[in-house]
Amino acid sequence: MIALSDYLILSSIVFCIGLAGIFINRTNIIMILMCVELILAAVNTNFIAFSFYGSDLSGQIFVFFILTVAAAEVAIGLAILTLMYRNRGSIDIDVTNTLKG
Amino acid sequence: MLNIYLTIVLAPLIGSLIVGLAGNQLGRKLSHSITILGVAISTVLSLYVFNHHVLNDADIFNQNIYTWMQIGSLNISVGFLVDNLTAVMLVVVSFVSLMVHIYTIGYMHDDKGYTKFFSYISLFTFAMFTLVISNNFMQLFFGWEAVGLVSYLLIGFWHHKESAIEANLKAFLVNRVGDFGFLLGIAFVLMFFGTLDYAETFSQKELIVGQTLFGDFSAITVVCLLLFVGAMGKSAQVPLHVWLPGSMEGPTPISALIHAATMVTAGIFMVSRMSPLFELSDVALTVVMVIGAITALFMGLLGIVQNDIKKVVAYSTLSQLGYMTVALGVSAYSVAIFHLMTHAFFKALLFLAAGSVIVALHHEQDIRKMGGLRKKMPITYMTSLLGTLALIGFPGFAGFYSKDMIIEAVHYSDLPFAGWAYFAVVLGVFITAFYSLRLLFLVFHGESRVDSHTEEHLHETAPSITVPLVLLAIPSVVIGYFTIEPMLFGGWLENAITIDSSHHALDKLKSHFHSAFALITHSVVTLPFWMMIGGGITAWVFCLYRTDWAETIQSKLKRTNYVLNSLYGFDKLNEIIFVKGALKIGNLLWKVSDMALIDKLLVNGSAKFTRYLGAFIRPVQTGYVYHYAFFMIVSLMLVLGWVLIASDYSFLS
Repeated sequence: MIALSDYLILSSIVFCIGLAGIFINRTNIIMILMCVELILAAVNTNFIAFSFYGSDLSGQIFVFFILTVAAAEVAIGLAILTLMYRNRGSIDIDVTNTLKG
Repeated sequence: MLNIYLTIVLAPLIGSLIVGLAGNQLGRKLSHSITILGVAISTVLSLYVFNHHVLNDADIFNQNIYTWMQIGSLNISVGFLVDNLTAVMLVVVSFVSLMVHIYTIGYMHDDKGYTKFFSYISLFTFAMFTLVISNNFMQLFFGWEAVGLVSYLLIGFWHHKESAIEANLKAFLVNRVGDFGFLLGIAFVLMFFGTLDYAETFSQKELIVGQTLFGDFSAITVVCLLLFVGAMGKSAQVPLHVWLPGSMEGPTPISALIHAATMVTAGIFMVSRMSPLFELSDVALTVVMVIGAITALFMGLLGIVQNDIKKVVAYSTLSQLGYMTVALGVSAYSVAIFHLMTHAFFKALLFLAAGSVIVALHHEQDIRKMGGLRKKMPITYMTSLLGTLALIGFPGFAGFYSKDMIIEAVHYSDLPFAGWAYFAVVLGVFITAFYSLRLLFLVFHGESRVDSHTEEHLHETAPSITVPLVLLAIPSVVIGYFTIEPMLFGGWLENAITIDSSHHALDKLKSHFHSAFALITHSVVTLPFWMMIGGGITAWVFCLYRTDWAETIQSKLKRTNYVLNSLYGFDKLNEIIFVKGALKIGNLLWKVSDMALIDKLLVNGSAKFTRYLGAFIRPVQTGYVYHYAFFMIVSLMLVLGWVLIASDYSFLS
């Protein structure tokens, strides 16, 4: 029997990988989007684990919402990326620093 | 009656406004006609009011006519209080003003600012009327400031002259000092009585008795002294007298109108009006008397060494104002008003006569360059002679009665230092006679020292100048004889002046008074009479008989001469302490507070601080989204960690 803690440890690891991916990654924005997906996946895992062990279905319903939102988010993110590539000719992270103070 | 009072006050204002705003379009003739008409209306109505109130014993008119402002429960109104004191003042002011208006036609004939000048003197008349007719402290203060303002404008009327600009600035600043005290006095009146209305204040004057201020000073004394500081400024009492001689830089008509006959008497009028308050404080009265005595004696002495014809008359004005103040001090208010009235006539006359001489000599004012004008200018000479006799108190003339009464009143006074004041005013008679006759002798008698070019064209001045002289000479001679009895002892001023029963000077005067004529016959055995004769003879000896003696004495008494010529050093003192002191304080404030504190620290300092702070924080904003995300996550962790571990809502506790 797999215990709840195993799920939680797994999701923590996935979460941390996602987080680290956001900070450490220096190549391009697609990587950031993927890392965000990883973080969401970690959260989903948590939801499902708790839902299963807590016998409460609403957690799993939340996961559906999150999946939907994540899909929408990726769609928009990719659209932005496409436009950005068209305007700038690059999707490198080092170039996207116009927020600099 | 209200309409009549309103007309008296407003007629000069309307004239002034019309001429002031449209003087250039109206032309000279119409301008002076309009202003003279305005003042003439006031004069006629003032005489009517005088007849109504003083001669026919009408009731006191006291009414608010317009609410100026309402602050909480404090009501400040424009109101009229017309009693006999006001009626007398109205007549004096309007009559002298009318004479000066007429005189100005001749005197300012060639001046570019002709219409402006008429506008100003009418405005002054309006201001003086509001001052004397006021029924509350605030309106009094309005008139007080308004006459000060017009005085400032008129002293600096010839603004191309640097000395005139200096003089009007000086007058304004010195008057500010006085006004500051006056305003504080008014504020205390408001504090103690809760009202600024004369009648309400005086009816509850007992409230203030026994109260103290600033520890253990008697409140009434402080209030009276502060009010008197205002009077000292306006009526040019030592040490706030320094502006008056300087004000002679203005044209002569305003010297006569403002700096001799009317504005400078505002202080005397004010103290008389406040007699119910002043009577409560013997200390204040003593101070008033002593200041007056000092002014009367020492300012007269300065008149002896002056060589400018107007300055001599100016110092004599100071000295006479001192006499009035002494009379106030010994509670003889009606005597002070009496002297104010006679003095207004003969001093205006003397000033206008001096102006007549100045015009005839093409604006030469040095009496050492005059002499022997008697035959060339007979009318000016005769009127000057009458004015001088009135001033020195020759028996029968107006000044004789008023000055004699002041001296007698001081003699009967029980105040401390009254003996000293008596000495000062008696000696003052000698000095007055000396400098007045010296002026008369040097200008009109002896050999002519006028330069030959001017001498050829020398003739009597135009009728517009000589007629006012004659009209002023008449009251200068007779008014004392006719008004002494009703004014001092017949109760003319009784409904306006309060005298405490502990002050007996006026009662004693009354018991010794028989008739105006008896005073003349009695005068030959009195001390002041012989002082006056002595002064006259001295003047004759030094100016006509042995002119070389004056120089000998001057060279013998170098030190005295120096003291007098430096005007007791008041100007020097003011320059060192106040002018230079103000400069130093100004420099200090400029450097420390302005340059260092405000500019360097506050303005530039805050800008620099922001810049440094920005330079410090700016590197954090790299522009990379993942840095921001990192900060967000780290911050979130910190906050969560704090919530979990340390805060009141900690899940671990």
